[in-house]
Amino acid sequence: MLQFLDYETLRVIWWLLLGVLLMGFAAMDGFDLGVGMWLPFLAKTDSERRMIINSVGPVWEGNQVWLILGAGAIFAAWPPVYAVAFSAFYPAMFLVLCALILRPVGFKYRSKLENPRWREAWDWLLFVGGLVPALVFGVAVGNALLGAPFRFDGDLRMSYEGSLLGLFQPFAVLAGLVSVAMLAMHGAAYLAAKAGAPVAARARRAASLAAWVFIVLFAIGGLWTVNLAGYRIVGRLAHDVASNPLHKQVVRQAGAWLANYSAMPWTMIAPALGFIGAALMVLALRTRHDKLAFIASGAAVKGVVATAGLSMFPFILPSSLDPSMSLTVWDASSSRATLALMLVAVVLILPAVLAYTAFVYRVLRGRVTPGRVEADPHSY
Amino acid sequence: MIDPHAVDLSRLQFGLTALYHFLFVPLTLGLSVLLAIMESVYVMTGRAIWRSMTRYWGLLFGINFAMGVATGITMEFQFGTNWAYYSHYVGDIFGAPLALEGLTAFFLEATFVGLFFFGWDRLSRVSHLAVTCLLALGTNLSALWILVANGWMQHPVGASFNPQSMRMELTSFYDVFFNPVAQDKFVHTVSAGYVTGSMFVLSVSAWFLLRGRNRAFAKRSMTVAASFGLASALSVVVLGDESGYTASANQKMKIAAIEAMWQTEPPPASFTIFGFPDLQARRTDYAIRVPWLMGLIATRSIDQPVPGIENLVADNVQRIQSGLLAYSAVDQLRSRPADAGAQAQLNTHAGDLGYALLLKRYTDKVIDATPAQIQQAAWDTVPGVLPLFWAFRFMVGLGFYFIALFALSFWLSAKRRLDTYPAYLHVVLWSLPLPWLAAELGWFVAEYGRQPWTIDGVLPTYLSVSSISSGSVAASLTGFVLFYSALAVVEIYLMVKYIRLGPEGSGENG
Repeated sequence: MLQFLDYETLRVIWWLLLGVLLMGFAAMDGFDLGVGMWLPFLAKTDSERRMIINSVGPVWEGNQVWLILGAGAIFAAWPPVYAVAFSAFYPAMFLVLCALILRPVGFKYRSKLENPRWREAWDWLLFVGGLVPALVFGVAVGNALLGAPFRFDGDLRMSYEGSLLGLFQPFAVLAGLVSVAMLAMHGAAYLAAKAGAPVAARARRAASLAAWVFIVLFAIGGLWTVNLAGYRIVGRLAHDVASNPLHKQVVRQAGAWLANYSAMPWTMIAPALGFIGAALMVLALRTRHDKLAFIASGAAVKGVVATAGLSMFPFILPSSLDPSMSLTVWDASSSRATLALMLVAVVLILPAVLAYTAFVYRVLRGRVTPGRVEADPHSY
Repeated sequence: MIDPHAVDLSRLQFGLTALYHFLFVPLTLGLSVLLAIMESVYVMTGRAIWRSMTRYWGLLFGINFAMGVATGITMEFQFGTNWAYYSHYVGDIFGAPLALEGLTAFFLEATFVGLFFFGWDRLSRVSHLAVTCLLALGTNLSALWILVANGWMQHPVGASFNPQSMRMELTSFYDVFFNPVAQDKFVHTVSAGYVTGSMFVLSVSAWFLLRGRNRAFAKRSMTVAASFGLASALSVVVLGDESGYTASANQKMKIAAIEAMWQTEPPPASFTIFGFPDLQARRTDYAIRVPWLMGLIATRSIDQPVPGIENLVADNVQRIQSGLLAYSAVDQLRSRPADAGAQAQLNTHAGDLGYALLLKRYTDKVIDATPAQIQQAAWDTVPGVLPLFWAFRFMVGLGFYFIALFALSFWLSAKRRLDTYPAYLHVVLWSLPLPWLAAELGWFVAEYGRQPWTIDGVLPTYLSVSSISSGSVAASLTGFVLFYSALAVVEIYLMVKYIRLGPEGSGENG
């Protein structure tokens, strides 16, 4: 299949597609995670809380498929990355799972009973369900930039020498906070555009506050990478042979994560998008262009994801224990046949997914008001 | 290196979370199709009661669906968290159907499930029906992909071992997709889901009738459930038999274990209806046998033998020895990738490589395994005979019971006597848990019967595990048990509450 594409090109395409899926996850599921984080703070009455929940109620489930598909695509296209990342971060993954499990149940069950204590309990659980994934995925990206303490034996069985606390190094914590601030901004921007009057006004202030926090933290992160030890491949590494992460030489080097930006200055669009998107969002909210603000915060989110990916290319998950065993685009992919097959599937199906997702958002357009929520017995 | 306790605990965790997940999946599969049927009647007749039926059963569907979604994420994550070597070794093939499930099925169902609930006043009747149908299509496509993945674990076709990347790689996606095991399993499993959905509607409606409430609503619901349930129950049994036939061609050991066939009998083999298989003594006590039946089921012939366990173990000793030749060839290829002799040796014996890996449990230096260790490993290929034997028989018995019950319901519905016999309604009500029991037993037979392999004949379960400590797994397992138990209490409480409220208490006209 797709004989005109060589293995090297397919690998680059799948690296780009992984980026697209993660950007899709951060921009789509990101706003409903952010909405969850604001749930206890932006609403004063039960009616306002239901307005917040119902603003994402009909769409959050589809958004979360971006995460499921992202994980599935890593499994299919980058199996060693899937194996290492999920098992190395075992306790963190368990935390994320519990938080993610709370969400479908929380959205669906919260308003099924009138009891205020039942509802308040679910509100806090939905808050946890928004905050924990945002924090842990951010910390995970931070750890990917730092490198994870794993190595392989000759059978490519991975072993890991780290602990849960080891994941929370200062830089990784910063990355987690960037992620929380970014999604809080994005979630509040969504509410500004989607919720009814009093909540939308509070959401505008919340979004601007989160945007400034995000801009400061993201800038600190950028300055930190100047002296942070990144990774660099030395010598030759064939780009078109069977995947095996044991055949290369890698060194750790301060500032290596900035090398791509000096070699290819156009890549600076990504971090620039992060800053400009957030600033534009603040401006748009001041002038009551709520939809534009949401688009701007979405652009900022995508810029941040792209920044992490571009800084590391061609690395996907470096090993701090034995840098030469790091997982890269050239030696951690699936076979050519699988990459080609999956590419065909994505090209055929993803446009349809985008089309019907757009259709659903169009049907559900308009602000969510308390009247609408009360009128529908199926409301959350 | 490998912590055997981590293997056992990871298996237990995967088994428990999968069984739990599988409490919600069959009902989602069945109810989604029933909703599409009910709404079709509404759109065609325009009668409001069918709209109420769609909305009320849809409400209960939603309570169940949320749990199915929540517990499904755990399943996807666990391949990476607990079965990292598995993910590396077969991700090239196994990951594709999982990703395609996300792309083609989850997006469809998750995007349209919101519109199903929130779109009633925003869409025309026909558009809303289309949404419901797409939701049902999504849930069923999801079952298709997951059974393509599972079918490959039972019967790994379309893949070969690559010594350069030290893993299995895809050679033919066509073979993986049209794997006969996968196709039979798909129809068998979705039919079981339809039976579950039908029984749910039937039993809850019977409860309404016993209480003398919502009569028109309940009788119409029962009529739909009875006809759809009867067709599905027939399909489950016929396709179950078909999967037995396919399995007997491809997973001889599983069939032999299910049947407790210790030795190959002269064909056609007899079927043991009752007995107590004893793995240590290798015999079945108090056996009651029906002559010919097993040979007919398994081979569709009277002259082909069904191989017995002891004969298959003897074959597997040979396969381990052949696998050792493949294993040493892989070792040579690792240091000298261009060694043509080693490559030829691997090509000849590659199909048995997995059997050599069975020895890893006993020795790290597989090549130097003693004959005793080889014997031990060959006997490891026999799964637990007693639990399989009985789980299978209970499942099959339930399958026939469902046919009878739905046939009776169908007849009563045709005679308009659904509410005439309280005894019948009580039987239906108390049969509610049975499809779940049958589905869980079926899952158990398929997965436990595949042991000691995760990928039959290719990768032993023992090797598939991540390099994680048993302490971590014990902690996560405890967390899952507590968390899932709490969720089960909440779910059942809400389900019972909304069933008691009935259509009229849930904002519908009952």
